[in-house]
Amino acid sequence: MFFYILKRLAYAIPIALAVSAVCFSLVYIAPGNPLNAIVPSDASQDLIDTLKKEYGLDKPIPVQYALWVGRAVRGDLGRSIATGRSVATEIGTAISNTFIIAVAASVIGFSLGALFGTIAGYTNGSWVDKSVSAIAIAGVSVPHYWLGMVLVIVFSVTLNWLPAMGAGAGGSAAWAWDYAHMKFMILPALTLSAIPTGIITRTLRALVADILSREFVTALAAKGLSEKAIFLHVVKNAAPTALAVMGVQLGYLLGGSILVETVFSWPGTGMLLNNAIFQRDIPVLQGTILVLALFFVGLNLIVDVVQTLFDPRIKRN
Amino acid sequence: MSANVSTAAIAAGIVLPAAARAGGYWRGVGRRLLQDKVAIACALLLLAVVLAAVFAPWVAPADPLKGSILKRLQPIGAPGFILGSDELGRDMLSRLIHGGRLSLVIGISPVLTALLIGGLLGIIAGFMGGRLNSVIMRSVDVFYAFPSVLLAVAISGALGPGVFNALLALTIVFIPPIARVAESVTTQVRSLDYVEAARASGAGNATIIRVHILGNVLGPIFVYSTSLVSVSMILAAGLSFLGLGTKPPAPEWGLMLNTLRSAIYTQPWVAALPGALIFVISISFNLLSDGLRSAMDVQR
Repeated sequence: MFFYILKRLAYAIPIALAVSAVCFSLVYIAPGNPLNAIVPSDASQDLIDTLKKEYGLDKPIPVQYALWVGRAVRGDLGRSIATGRSVATEIGTAISNTFIIAVAASVIGFSLGALFGTIAGYTNGSWVDKSVSAIAIAGVSVPHYWLGMVLVIVFSVTLNWLPAMGAGAGGSAAWAWDYAHMKFMILPALTLSAIPTGIITRTLRALVADILSREFVTALAAKGLSEKAIFLHVVKNAAPTALAVMGVQLGYLLGGSILVETVFSWPGTGMLLNNAIFQRDIPVLQGTILVLALFFVGLNLIVDVVQTLFDPRIKRN
Repeated sequence: MSANVSTAAIAAGIVLPAAARAGGYWRGVGRRLLQDKVAIACALLLLAVVLAAVFAPWVAPADPLKGSILKRLQPIGAPGFILGSDELGRDMLSRLIHGGRLSLVIGISPVLTALLIGGLLGIIAGFMGGRLNSVIMRSVDVFYAFPSVLLAVAISGALGPGVFNALLALTIVFIPPIARVAESVTTQVRSLDYVEAARASGAGNATIIRVHILGNVLGPIFVYSTSLVSVSMILAAGLSFLGLGTKPPAPEWGLMLNTLRSAIYTQPWVAALPGALIFVISISFNLLSDGLRSAMDVQR
C-alpha cells in the first residue's frame, strides 16, 4: 500500500511538469512577440531590458522554461501587465473567493446527488427513478451560464430576494460570513451545483442499482439482515467510486467556474481569467491556469490515494 | 485519473455485445432505436433545428442583421416580433434561426475532428501496444489533467478571440477522452480469439485492423463521441458568451446571450431565449446518445 502511494506520487510529478509546460507555452501560442505578451505597452527601455534578462528571452526555449519553473516553484509567477501587481497575490485573493462558491456548490451538489441517486437506484425502473433521472439529465445538459441568468431573472429581477452580482459591500476584501455577504454567494453556488448534482445522481443511480442486483445482497437478505444493515453494505460498496467522482467534480468546479463567475461578477479566479483575456494580460492568464491545473492534478492524486485506502482491490498502475 | 474508470467502464459495457454481434446486429440496433420514443422525439427535434438553420434565409421571417432603434427590446408576442426583438431592435426569431448555423457548426465540428484524430490515435495506441502506446497515451494524459472548461479557455484565451481559435481549442479538449476510449476498446478487441485466429492464418496488420478491429471498435467510439456533443455545444456557446468565439453582429446563441445580458431588467424572458435553445439542443443530444447506447447494448 505504502509502495503504491509512493508510486502514484512519483507519477504525479511528470504530469505536473507536463502541465506546467503547457501553461508555459501559452505565451508562445499568443499572437505576436512573446516579449509583448509579458511587458506593458508603455514600459521603459530599462524595464524591457530587465524583464528580458529575468525571463531569459535571449536564451533557448528549454532554458526559458527551466527559469520559469524555477521562479514558479518559489511562488513568483511574474507581474500583471494591467495592474503591475504580482500575479501570485492576485491569484491568492481570487482563489479564496472561488473556493467559497465551489465548496458551497459541492456541498449542495454532492448531498442532492447522493440523495437522488440512491433513491433512483433503489426504485430502479419506477416513475420515481424516471423523474429523478430526468432531473439528472437536465442537470448535466444545462448551459450553467444560462441557468445563472435564469436564476437572476427569477430571484433578483422578479422576486427581488437576492442580489444579482458582486460579492457584497467592499468587494472581496470585506468578505464576512454573515447573511449580508452570504446572500451574494447563494445564486452562484446554486448555479454551479447543477452539474455535480446531475453527474453524481447518474453515477450513484447506476452504482446502487448494480450493487443491489449482486448476489451478496440477496445472500445478506436471506441471512435475515434488516434493510438498514443491507443499506450500510450498499453504502460501503458505492463509497469508493462515489468519492472518486466527487473529488473530480470538485476539481471541475474550481477550474470551470469562469462562466458562472462572469455571469455573477463574482471576484474569483474566473473573473481574473476573464479580465486577463480581455486586457491581454498573459502573465495573469498563465499563472491562474497553472495554479488551477496543478490543483486539479493534486486533487486527482488525493482521490486516487483515498480510493485505494478505501478499497485495496483498486491498485491501478 | 479516476475519470478513466468510468470511460473504460462505458467502453467495456458496449464492446462486448458489439464483439458478440451476429449478422443483423445493426438492423437490431436500428429497430430498438425506433422503439425508443424519447430518442426518436429528440432526433426529430434536432432534425427540425438543423433544417431550419440550413434553410434559414427562407424560414426566417426577417433579416437577422437589420435592426430598428424604435423597435428595441420588444416583448415576446409583440406585433411583427413573434419572439420579441433584441437590444438593437433585430427580430429574435430570425436571429435564433440564423444563429443555429454557427452555433451548431461550432458545437458539433470539434467533436467530429476530435473523433477523427483521437479515434485514430487511440486505435493505433491500442493495436500497437508497447512503447508507442505509452508515448501516445501519456501525451494524452497531460491534456486530460486539465478541467475541460479551463483548457478551452486557456487555449482560446491565449490565441485570442475568433471562431477558428475557439474550434481549435475545443478540438484539443475532446481529443484526449476520445483517444482514451478508443485505446481501451481496441486493446480489448485485439486480445479476442478471432484476432489471434486471423493472425495465425496469415493476415497482416492492415488487414486485421480493417477487417477485424475497425468494425468492432468504431461503433463504441462513435457512441461515446455522441455523448460529448452536448458538452461541446455548451462549451462552444460558452466561449462565445465570454467573447472568445464569434464576433458581433453575426448571430450565434452564446454571443446573443451575452449581448442580451444588459436587457434582463427590461425584457428578461427575451434575454433568456438563446440559452433555452442551447439547453434544448444539448439535452436532445444527451437523450439521443443515451438511446443509441442502450440500443447497442444487446444484453439489456
